[in-house]
Amino acid sequence: MNAHLRQLEDQSVYIFREAYKHFENLAMLWSMGKDSTVLLWLARKAFLGHVPFPLIHVDTSYKIPAMIEYRDRFAREWRLNLVIGQNTEALKNGMNPGLGRVECCTALKTNGLKNLLAEKGYTGVILGVRADEEGTRAKERYFSPRDKHGDWDFREQPPELWDQFKTAFPQGTHIRIHPLLDWTEINIWEYIKAENIPIIDLYFDKGEGTRYRSLGCAPCTFPIKSKAKNVDDIIEELRHTTVAERSGRAQDEGRGMELLRKDGYM
Amino acid sequence: MLSTLNTRAARAQEHLNIVIVGHVDHGKSTLLGRLFADTGSLPEGKLEKVRGICERQGKEFEYAFLFDAFLEEQEQGITIDTARTFFQWKDRQYIIIDAPGHKEFLKNMISGAARAEAALLLIDAQEGVKEQSKKHGYLLSLLGVRQVAVVVNKMDLVGYRQDVFEAIEKEYRAFLTQLKVSPERFVPVSAKRGENIATRSRVMPWYTGPTVLDTLGLFREETEREHQPLRFPVQDVYKFDARRILAGRIAAGLVKVGDRLVFSPSNKTANVKSIEAFNVEPVPTQAKAGQSTGITLDEQIFVERGEIASYPDAAPLVSTVFRCNLFWMGRRPLETGKRYALRLATREVECEVETIHRIIDAGDLDARQTQTTVGKNEVAELTIRTKLPLAFDLYSDFEATGRFVLVDQYDVSGGGIITESVRDAQTVLREEARRRDIAWVKGDVGPDDRARHYGHRAALILLTGGPPSDKSFLARRLEVRLVADSRHTYLLDGGNLRRGLDTDLAEEDGAEMVRRFGEVARLLIDTGLIVVSTTNTFGRIDHQAIQTLVHPTPVVTVHLSKTQETSPPSTDLAFAGPKDFETIVDRIIAELKQRGVLAQAIGAKQQFHYSI
Repeated sequence: MNAHLRQLEDQSVYIFREAYKHFENLAMLWSMGKDSTVLLWLARKAFLGHVPFPLIHVDTSYKIPAMIEYRDRFAREWRLNLVIGQNTEALKNGMNPGLGRVECCTALKTNGLKNLLAEKGYTGVILGVRADEEGTRAKERYFSPRDKHGDWDFREQPPELWDQFKTAFPQGTHIRIHPLLDWTEINIWEYIKAENIPIIDLYFDKGEGTRYRSLGCAPCTFPIKSKAKNVDDIIEELRHTTVAERSGRAQDEGRGMELLRKDGYM
Repeated sequence: MLSTLNTRAARAQEHLNIVIVGHVDHGKSTLLGRLFADTGSLPEGKLEKVRGICERQGKEFEYAFLFDAFLEEQEQGITIDTARTFFQWKDRQYIIIDAPGHKEFLKNMISGAARAEAALLLIDAQEGVKEQSKKHGYLLSLLGVRQVAVVVNKMDLVGYRQDVFEAIEKEYRAFLTQLKVSPERFVPVSAKRGENIATRSRVMPWYTGPTVLDTLGLFREETEREHQPLRFPVQDVYKFDARRILAGRIAAGLVKVGDRLVFSPSNKTANVKSIEAFNVEPVPTQAKAGQSTGITLDEQIFVERGEIASYPDAAPLVSTVFRCNLFWMGRRPLETGKRYALRLATREVECEVETIHRIIDAGDLDARQTQTTVGKNEVAELTIRTKLPLAFDLYSDFEATGRFVLVDQYDVSGGGIITESVRDAQTVLREEARRRDIAWVKGDVGPDDRARHYGHRAALILLTGGPPSDKSFLARRLEVRLVADSRHTYLLDGGNLRRGLDTDLAEEDGAEMVRRFGEVARLLIDTGLIVVSTTNTFGRIDHQAIQTLVHPTPVVTVHLSKTQETSPPSTDLAFAGPKDFETIVDRIIAELKQRGVLAQAIGAKQQFHYSI
């Protein structure tokens, strides 16, 4: 593993261990995508093969079926404590992407997550957000507070220096923890290769000349044209691309992400 | 464009964090935007997209809009918060942190600069050296960013004149020299027009030095920490299975299997048995500075988060008092005498500011302005006193263990670097205890073995205040109750030592009597006993001396008084008025339980159970 990946791993592991030390009721989001799977791997690094907190999957019911199979397989193999959340009420009332993408994301993902946090009382939530994904994430903290409505006050972010993080917080609020903030898309793939992490095959072209570059819900995520058949091909492709990673993600249009994230979206 | 693609194909082996700082409106975000645009590093369509937005909103396109992501930032044309951007050039990956220059967002600037290894400091050629130019320069030196290049921007507004550039260079170089920072170089640029950013300027032929892009390549990665003596702050102790793993990130030096370690401030010692890692083949036998690792020891010693492991002959300092330079970002001013939490590496202790020596004015570094509080965004020289002994280093010797933050309620509110260790009343005895503990010859039965057999840990209970008869009665009741409960307990009375061990001492040798009492208590504690002491003749200072000698054994101080009076500081339990001794004994036993002396599971973090 090259020195840079090693540094990223060391920093992420440090963050994981701080989170585990300071938060009694800690959980981690796992969407089965490449980022949160690397995140899961880093948790196993930090805790020497163990994952000493539950993994949350907010199931919008619109996920690609292969993702659910993959989830259940590794939950078994790695002995994960999996907690599945779903905004069943919104689904019952017919929420779907046709009613508006931002509305759908807010109802099924943001509110699905918020409901679960409230129900389980998690005070620390670990997420695989990366600074290079889009502009507002570039301004995040490793330990990022959310108020009692789950909202993000980006004007008043806590200072973060010398690996001292915001770990004290008033009752009713929670902290989002971002161990992958300094990783880029290519770092993720290089690490997957170096550590030989089993990754879902939706990221690979299976002969049709397309693959997913970023995974979300089926109706709002589109494959890109690519002949990358394995991790090596993807790394090679990323070295030459100038297309943004999330160009296949519909919610990024306009100011979508700033609005979504202010209200507590990941 | 072609050259960009070629360089991007090279594998990133190196990695560097860079921060861009400077006074508001001196063009930091513009410089960053230009750097990306001119090296073909922007995602496809990004430039066009932002140009389109500007056109629709009827405003002139600015490169700064590329990274000011928040709507509010674009509307006001200022950067509110630090942004991480990723930039790949030659065989190095950079994280470039665009820090806000506005005074109001200084804490965001600090968050950005604190993780940088090098800095670009921008100065507007037309405006010259401004308040924040100096403040940022000062903070960079305080934050330990040693590689600084100064970029003189907006040269287009001064007709690209060499004399303007040189005047700024002269003024600012003199300022940095006072801070003992020697800037790598000064680069004249126009970020707006792309002069000397990625390509050499033709309109400033008088400048022959590197461009901003070249300057990035000339910054070096810092590797010296590896060659320093070991500093391994314990982050956590894991017991997921039979092994007890001390987890943490090595702050300096190298740790190897077989190394003898001393933990400060507890002074416990053990040898490294193994280095633990997940999915690493072959199993590592050493770990170096920067690495997050785990170690196991050949002995079951009880160490906790916050201790710093080092080699015995190069251990950190330990004191309760030190002098420091600190910047304050809190909502409320920093006050003397108020309690704050101090965090240094992984240790957290309560502290208070004993003295504010002066407020440092970045504009006039020699000014001696004294105040009774430190306001938001001010920097001050302070003396800090911690409630418990703290292991630390001087910042000039070790970066990670020479700096700390202060937490006011929920918020990290200040950051400081330690400039001087100050001797306190306990320094002499503390050093004696350290020498003694580090060289202590141990048997094969450790404190953990004793604790397992006895069902409790060792502790010292100091009874103070009140009439001697009350204390004596309470001590006897406590001993009887503990022993009846199968605890191994002993009543140690200072008078007994005077009639035996201390017969060679005169009445005025009080300090030596206290020292001997402390050493005897230390021996009894080492045998695993709960020692109950009445110590009639000792005063408060003496009790501190005894605590220093038995450190880090849990000490419970119990103060008795006839009337409602304020008990001495650092008293754990206080009882006033008529006594119900059995209730007091109950309270002391409850305190021992709460401190883990009488707990069932000894030394273990709560166990995690898999639920699948």
